[in-house]
Amino acid sequence: MSPPSTSASAAPVAGDAVAIKNFAFSPATLKVKVGTTVTWTNQDTDAHTVTSAGSGGALHSAALNTHATYSYTFTKPGTYSYLCTIHPFMTATVEVTR
Amino acid sequence: MTGYYDSHDGASAGDAEQPATEHGMSRRQLLRHAGWFGGAVVLTVASGDVISHIADSREPDSMTAAGATAAANSSLRFVQVSDSHIGFRGPANTDVVGSFTEAINQVNSLGFRPDFVMHSGDLTHLSTAGQFDQVKQMLTGMQTDRVFTVPGEHDSIGDAGRAYRQTFGMGTLGDGWYSFDTHGVHFIALVNTLSLEKLGHLGNDQIDFVRRDIAGLSSDTPIVVFSHIPLFAMYPQWGWSTDDALKVIALLRRFSSVTCLNGHVHQLFTKTDGNITFHSATTTAYPLPKPGRAPAPTPQVVPARQLKDALGIRTVGYRQGDRELAVKDQRLA
Repeated sequence: MSPPSTSASAAPVAGDAVAIKNFAFSPATLKVKVGTTVTWTNQDTDAHTVTSAGSGGALHSAALNTHATYSYTFTKPGTYSYLCTIHPFMTATVEVTR
Repeated sequence: MTGYYDSHDGASAGDAEQPATEHGMSRRQLLRHAGWFGGAVVLTVASGDVISHIADSREPDSMTAAGATAAANSSLRFVQVSDSHIGFRGPANTDVVGSFTEAINQVNSLGFRPDFVMHSGDLTHLSTAGQFDQVKQMLTGMQTDRVFTVPGEHDSIGDAGRAYRQTFGMGTLGDGWYSFDTHGVHFIALVNTLSLEKLGHLGNDQIDFVRRDIAGLSSDTPIVVFSHIPLFAMYPQWGWSTDDALKVIALLRRFSSVTCLNGHVHQLFTKTDGNITFHSATTTAYPLPKPGRAPAPTPQVVPARQLKDALGIRTVGYRQGDRELAVKDQRLA
């Protein structure tokens, strides 16, 4: 099984914004410093979530309708994997460093 | 109805069998859910498109008016509706309440009163209390004896299905699964949309439930399984599969006739795998692309007339003694 063709490049991208567009998180890997507030914006007509993979993770958005946003401030370094629980083939990562 | 096409791969996502853990529900608890339809049914004949489709020479009266009159209560006829997505707003369907209302009206105009209606999930779009309340009220407009549901992932957003179970889970077991019997058919309603990680998931508690649930059944009992996400690998790249479904499929192999009815994919699709036939239902809300025909399973915007062609309801008939159920899909009128 191959990954969806819409997946953004796996190369980490700096910044503080993630677009949710065409059923993909873009960039797929975002690299930020501790203390950064990252904002996700849903640009699709369908709803999505931003939810940490596994249980008890940091990211837990409500269902984001079109144009809705979700923000989270990363206070600890680490690799944060997340997905959309409605379309769980949508996966991405935030890498947080000091 | 348009939209059928073939699939050639088997259910590919299963994994190794694991030992059962004995906890959860008792047989007595199960039986509480298993008898809502009451006593035995005396088979005669029935009328209508669906039943005439499966009528055969063993019932010489089956096509006659007298037979049809006598038949009203003799055969099982139920309806499947799916993916109403109440609360969806988008160009793919600007009036999902209107199209679901049309679907209800179509069910009520079938010319027979279905024994039950199953909504196979994504009742709501965003799992809000208002959407659950609205769809529940709409479902009460179905002229049928009983409405059943299974949750979709859109009904389980953010709360692992708690709000869904508060609205529709009365009398169910575990995370909302259950079974029942009527007209000699055993029905199992499964939940595979909670805590999704890439694919649909049943979990060992639910698989144990199925194991115990069917343990006492004779192998010639027809089985119907409802789930939202397909129990076969329709298109795993888009999550259209259930990662541990093969454990349930293995349990069902000994039965002569198994029919698995799902929603989720918003399009008709049929696949037969030995004794098991899978039927994906269409939606009452908006079409999705065929597997791999688009970069992602985005809601498809089509002209109004084509939209109605893509939406529909499903009727299913069964006459005791027959091996197969008769599945008939209808466009929204």
